[in-house]
Amino acid sequence: MAVLRRKPLVSGLAPPSPTLDERDLLTRLRAGDEAAFADLVERYHPAMIRLALLHVRSRAVAEEVAQDAWLGLLRGLDGFQERSSLRTWLFRIVVNRAISTGIRERVHVPVGDDELETSDGRFSQDGWWVTPPAHWADEVLDRISAPALIARAREVIAELSPLQRSVVTLRDVDGLSSAEVCTVLDITEVNQRVQLHRARNRIRSALEQEVLS
Amino acid sequence: MRLWRRRAGGHDITCRQAVSLVTAYLDGALARSDRDRFEAHLAECHGCSEHLRQIEVAMLVTGEIRAEDLDPLAREDLMHLYRRWREDASTD
Repeated sequence: MAVLRRKPLVSGLAPPSPTLDERDLLTRLRAGDEAAFADLVERYHPAMIRLALLHVRSRAVAEEVAQDAWLGLLRGLDGFQERSSLRTWLFRIVVNRAISTGIRERVHVPVGDDELETSDGRFSQDGWWVTPPAHWADEVLDRISAPALIARAREVIAELSPLQRSVVTLRDVDGLSSAEVCTVLDITEVNQRVQLHRARNRIRSALEQEVLS
Repeated sequence: MRLWRRRAGGHDITCRQAVSLVTAYLDGALARSDRDRFEAHLAECHGCSEHLRQIEVAMLVTGEIRAEDLDPLAREDLMHLYRRWREDASTD
């Protein structure tokens, strides 16, 4: 059997795990180093607001939730046992605070299936391409930073369900691992993957329209 | 976890199945036998390889979205919060 050992374009490019330099930050934080706190705020505050917006309606409330989570981090510093990364712990505090703020019920999404592939009309009933995909990936690889493409991706992400938006943003913009996203959002690995799969497919399809138009 | 029944001869998996496994594949979450079948399918199927590359390109473009900058006012508020917390902590 011919087995393709291809080198994925992406896996090598994922941001490195934050754990190493987080350990240093944690030590400095515990020692009361203000610059370490400022550094963390710079890194994570915008992502925390996005995360809080998954559970609360308004940006103002999301900002309060994020601020409250920072206080939670400071108060919990001594007790933090490093069973997860600092970032995972912090994001988890955000989600807990956002849920207990209780403005909106928790988003609940059923665990998926291959609905996407069954319903999108790209495959025949017995599972083969109706029309094979047009070739554009290589061409776009040379201009992944093109403003029009990035704008299109941003638009589609804004239109996704809150959970899909959170998953794809945490994974593909903020660079969290699948395990981290599961912990932060308290969802199963299967659910995480279903949401990510759908979100990436929506983005792919929007980019295709943009490229071929 | 076996995700499909083995077919007799020809392709082990259909294009639809291959496409439905892309995310698990990229996460390294497929069992070895499933990964082998997936890769074998891709080696023979231009449509599915192109699809995988398009998903990878979509991930790269998404990764180019710049996380929004921190609002300077928010930064100021938080540094305030930090200093207040330190004062409280030191007077405890």
